[in-house]
Amino acid sequence: MADEEEAELSEKQKKEIAKWFLLNSPPGEIQFVAKDVKAVINDDVLYEEAASEAFPIYNKSHLISIEMPGRIGDVCTEVRPALDDELPSAYVEEFRCALDAEILKYVGEAYPKGVCSVYCGNGKDVEGPGFDFELVVVISAARHSPQNFCNGSWRSVWSIEFKDEIQMLELKGKLQVGAHYFEEGNVQLDAKHECKDTTIFQSSEDSAIAISNIIRQHETEYITSLEASYSNLPDTTFKDLRRKLPVTRTLFPWQNTLQFSLTRDITKELGIGK
Amino acid sequence: MEAAMGLMRRMPPKHTETSLSALLSLLPQHSSDLLSQVDQPLQVLCDMEYGKEFILCEYNRDADSYRSPWSNKYHPPLEDGSLPSLELRKLEVEANDIFAIYRDQYYEGGISSVYMWEDDNEGFVGCFLIKKDGSKTGQGRRGYLQEGAWDAIHVIEVGPEEEGTAHYRLTSTVMLSLTTDNESSGTFSLSGSIRRQMNMHLSTEEGHLCNMGRMIEEMESKLRNSLDQVYFGKTKEMLCTLRPPSEVVMRLPDS
Repeated sequence: MADEEEAELSEKQKKEIAKWFLLNSPPGEIQFVAKDVKAVINDDVLYEEAASEAFPIYNKSHLISIEMPGRIGDVCTEVRPALDDELPSAYVEEFRCALDAEILKYVGEAYPKGVCSVYCGNGKDVEGPGFDFELVVVISAARHSPQNFCNGSWRSVWSIEFKDEIQMLELKGKLQVGAHYFEEGNVQLDAKHECKDTTIFQSSEDSAIAISNIIRQHETEYITSLEASYSNLPDTTFKDLRRKLPVTRTLFPWQNTLQFSLTRDITKELGIGK
Repeated sequence: MEAAMGLMRRMPPKHTETSLSALLSLLPQHSSDLLSQVDQPLQVLCDMEYGKEFILCEYNRDADSYRSPWSNKYHPPLEDGSLPSLELRKLEVEANDIFAIYRDQYYEGGISSVYMWEDDNEGFVGCFLIKKDGSKTGQGRRGYLQEGAWDAIHVIEVGPEEEGTAHYRLTSTVMLSLTTDNESSGTFSLSGSIRRQMNMHLSTEEGHLCNMGRMIEEMESKLRNSLDQVYFGKTKEMLCTLRPPSEVVMRLPDS
């Protein structure tokens, strides 16, 4: 039976399996997973194909940041200047730039090792009032400490739609946290949250301040709710899996077990109990 | 094989089944090693004769059938399926009865099965299994969990009796996953698996069952505690180093 399966597993399937493993790597561990996948697949060509498809997806979804030239980056090998028509208009750039400054300030305060960027998502060619455009705030923080058997990452992506007609800003945030602890075991946290908010359309500086305040507020609230989830674990959530002590609140009376089974037999014989 | 085990240590525990079946299809030549070294979530069958469910594992399997601890019969039926000796079967029946009470007191539900067989050194081996679905659609009394699974596997090797004592070696694995989901905090999911060993030399005055039971109880409490305090605690610590919770939530001026 095993031989049949082996014969049936096409190269394409093998590649898909390799990609699945790579994409499910915990934060900061794709290099280690890659080494094992390469050994298990035992086909360098196939592995390279899978890796070349999986790495970019993983890097983007984990918001891996690229170190810019001047420092040595190991992710990015080529950087080119953006072309003029790839950049947002001066009008949009004014909002983007103001927001970038505010978000940098916030991330610097709130994240010990955070990186952030603000991009124009839509409407980069809008030249002035009268049209909608969208900015995207990306925040990422990662910590890898294999010596402490722990890795983790925080990712948040906020899209801000500048609605010209109703003079409102609509914010949508996607927050995601992952952590892996692996000293003599394998335990992983995977948490996701989405939130929404609105504020009024103001000047570029005032909008930037309002947006970064909203983001700060939601992210702080989210951390607080995660902490609450943790503190609920021992007495509520975990209890539904296994209690700390039996319902009797004393250790199980193993020494009386013979009696137990005797009582059971009697109960059964007399037809009492359920 | 080493790389395969490396992958199992890194993949999310809630995807254990998928990871294992992927490895089995890539490495069919190692399938028996993989199946014996990788712990996977427990499966269940129903013993129709007793109307009770029992847990499947390598230790009650013969060919493609599994022996029920309730009727001592193989499902699907198997002629000449191996059975424990009469004496050991008696202990097995008793162990199943008592372990079911133990399980009910700690788990408030769930399924348990105990299997025993003779080993080659005049001793015997017992395998104690517990499976609990703690989700609110399952047997979660308090209804907090969207999804919640606990699988415990305890294999205990008992050496031959010498001068009223015996050596016990317990290897325990717990696999669990829990997910809560609500509007204000989104999806929060923790999953994990850990395995530990415990060796003890004990007097057999009170019987094997009593000794095995106490060791399992102690081990389960230790594992539960280290998952809760140490393992989950470490992921929380990580979270707080990534984005420390600030003391004061900045409020927006009403706009």
